[in-house]
Amino acid sequence: MEKLLKIDRRIIFIFVALAVTIPLLFSFKMSVPPTRHVISMYDKIDSLSKGSHVLMSFDYDPSSKEELQPMARALLHHCFKKDIKVIGMTLYPAGTGLAEKAITEIGDEYGKRSGIDYVFLGFKAGSSLVILNMGEDIYTAFQKDFYGKKTAGMQALKGVSSLRDIDYAVNLTAGGIYEAWIVYGKEKYNFDLGVGCTAVMGPEMYPFIQSKQLTGFLGGLKGAAEYETLVGHKDRASAGMAPQSVVHVLVVCFILFGNFIYFATGRKK
Amino acid sequence: MNFFKRTIPMIIAFVMGILMTFQYYVPHESSQDLLKVVTRWGMIISGFAMFIGAYSLFHMHWNRIRQKVAGWGYSIFVFFGAGITIIFGLINGGEFFWNDKQTGTMFDWIFNNVQVPAGATIFSILAFFMASAAYRTFRARNKEATILLVAAIIVMLGRVPIGTMISQYIPVAADWIMSVPNLAAKRAILIGVSIGVIATSIKIIFGIERAYLGGGD
Amino acid sequence: MIKKSDISITTWILIAFSIINIIFLATGKLEFNAKGIGIITAVAITLAMYSFLYKDNPVFKIAENLFVGVAMGYSLIIIWYNILKPDVFEALIVPMFKDTVIGPQYSVIVPTILGLFMFLRFSTKLSWLSRWSFAFIVGMGSGIAIPNFINAILLRQLEPMFAPLYTGSFWGTVNTLLVLVGVVSVLFYFFFSLEHKGAIGGVSVIGVWFLMIAFGASFGYTVMARMSLLIGRMQFLLKDWLGIIQ
Repeated sequence: MEKLLKIDRRIIFIFVALAVTIPLLFSFKMSVPPTRHVISMYDKIDSLSKGSHVLMSFDYDPSSKEELQPMARALLHHCFKKDIKVIGMTLYPAGTGLAEKAITEIGDEYGKRSGIDYVFLGFKAGSSLVILNMGEDIYTAFQKDFYGKKTAGMQALKGVSSLRDIDYAVNLTAGGIYEAWIVYGKEKYNFDLGVGCTAVMGPEMYPFIQSKQLTGFLGGLKGAAEYETLVGHKDRASAGMAPQSVVHVLVVCFILFGNFIYFATGRKK
Repeated sequence: MNFFKRTIPMIIAFVMGILMTFQYYVPHESSQDLLKVVTRWGMIISGFAMFIGAYSLFHMHWNRIRQKVAGWGYSIFVFFGAGITIIFGLINGGEFFWNDKQTGTMFDWIFNNVQVPAGATIFSILAFFMASAAYRTFRARNKEATILLVAAIIVMLGRVPIGTMISQYIPVAADWIMSVPNLAAKRAILIGVSIGVIATSIKIIFGIERAYLGGGD
Repeated sequence: MIKKSDISITTWILIAFSIINIIFLATGKLEFNAKGIGIITAVAITLAMYSFLYKDNPVFKIAENLFVGVAMGYSLIIIWYNILKPDVFEALIVPMFKDTVIGPQYSVIVPTILGLFMFLRFSTKLSWLSRWSFAFIVGMGSGIAIPNFINAILLRQLEPMFAPLYTGSFWGTVNTLLVLVGVVSVLFYFFFSLEHKGAIGGVSVIGVWFLMIAFGASFGYTVMARMSLLIGRMQFLLKDWLGIIQ
């Protein structure tokens, strides 16, 4: 019994790898009923009219890409389907490549054009300083977009001079930057804000949801899968729910079995 | 000399701190203009500051190569990776760095096929170690650990579709855990942290907290 | 210490990897262009990283250090194209030497000088000049933080706590009461200036229970997050490389 407690961890690794791979190979389908916080965000964007402006801040890097990129893609599908103008930006330098890829790929699917239907502003350093500067004047913060085109007079930004003029903002984040968006953005410039975050940060959103500082949030891959279900565009996030379920059960079994062996051997002593 | 090395920085911090605190409460146009100018300056300075991180990294690896510490050969790959990326970034698909950034260049290829998979994979390794830790070390040794364990299990099962298949009450319990005890604890932590931020900011402005000046005189 | 068996395992894996990719390229499963070669490179990096699960090895260390270098190089180039080029080079320097529609933005001189002062941090004689730049940023940040945090976090988070306890339903009221008890007890726990004895100790213990439930929930979500990252990588290997899932 005690030998089971000291098992080579590589055997545990193999179990985990199989728990993830087998459901993917057999394409188990699982329904992903959306939860209320995801529905809130979806309803907010769905209520916007054609030509509204949604700001999306892609504040993540490749280490969180597997959770947040599917979210970004689902949100972009929703916005472009509704002919909403997307203003993309990022406060992480490594987020530029991922953000640009998502916006241009999804934009191309709907025949959207950079500068007209969407704009990707790129990266600026300073986090809270960028948000404050955009809150006063977007054209001071971003004099040019990511491709070097002047933002002043751009059709995609028509009617928007600062954060006060946007209809909704979504912060896709892997770190604490959502707090800066709430403190220096939403509270100061009075726009509605939703957050897409990694699952690690999901528990931190609840105080802000209750205080109505966030309209909703997408938490992790499950959040992305729920949004894909609502948008009607199931992709990698939805496909990931089956292995996610299996591996969660595996970890729970590990915890219970490990404790069982621990107490069984402990009692013998 | 102490005046320039210590006193002037503390005066700058004090003036900027007081100015920006009072700026919040002044609705006049000049106040908004001040915020616009100062934050733009801060953005540009922050851009320069990011080079400091790069210098520190390269300096550390250069020292490892120079002093031939154990594993110094791997540091060469840091310079190789950075060098190749910077060179292709400056070449910019033939347009060079003084023109606008081009898309679909070798620089983007390196990002998509080296940085993205490496960055995504290195953190996914934690999944394996987490499972191993769950089996080998996560023990209900006392009341508090048991509460933690039970909450973790309910949330893990409640947050995936399989939880509903096991029992309809698991997702309900998970939702309650997130919306009540978790919310309460996180709110208290948030309040505590924000009081800490405010206190530290006041200490910085009034020169009580001087760690940002660095060491030396 | 590198063993002969490790070298032999590495060699066989490299041979198998090369054969698989040559077959994929030859049969057209992977295109022989930037995209196809890119996928092969990405898979190689991914597998090199995962080799750490067997044990720490030179292949993993090479991939890790390469990643660090590439990431830093990428950040520096992005800073040039997104910050220094539009906000300093084109706003201030180019208009000084060329006729442009808008003249030089002289307001950029001060932050540029302060930014350059930051580099002097590494000079033994002039490092004190970098303190002026740090003082500017830190002082500004502190001044901005105070009123914004008081309003956006402190007051706005306390606001729901002053709402009426009775919400119209029994369980709603119970939950509201529990949240109030939870917040107060956790705040009591973190107040270390008073000894946790007697009534204060009792309230702190309740705070600890709330914290344990919250940490358990956080652990559950952390497991979810890490597994999601692994699932994403597996999807990449099985779909984009091997093409065995749709």
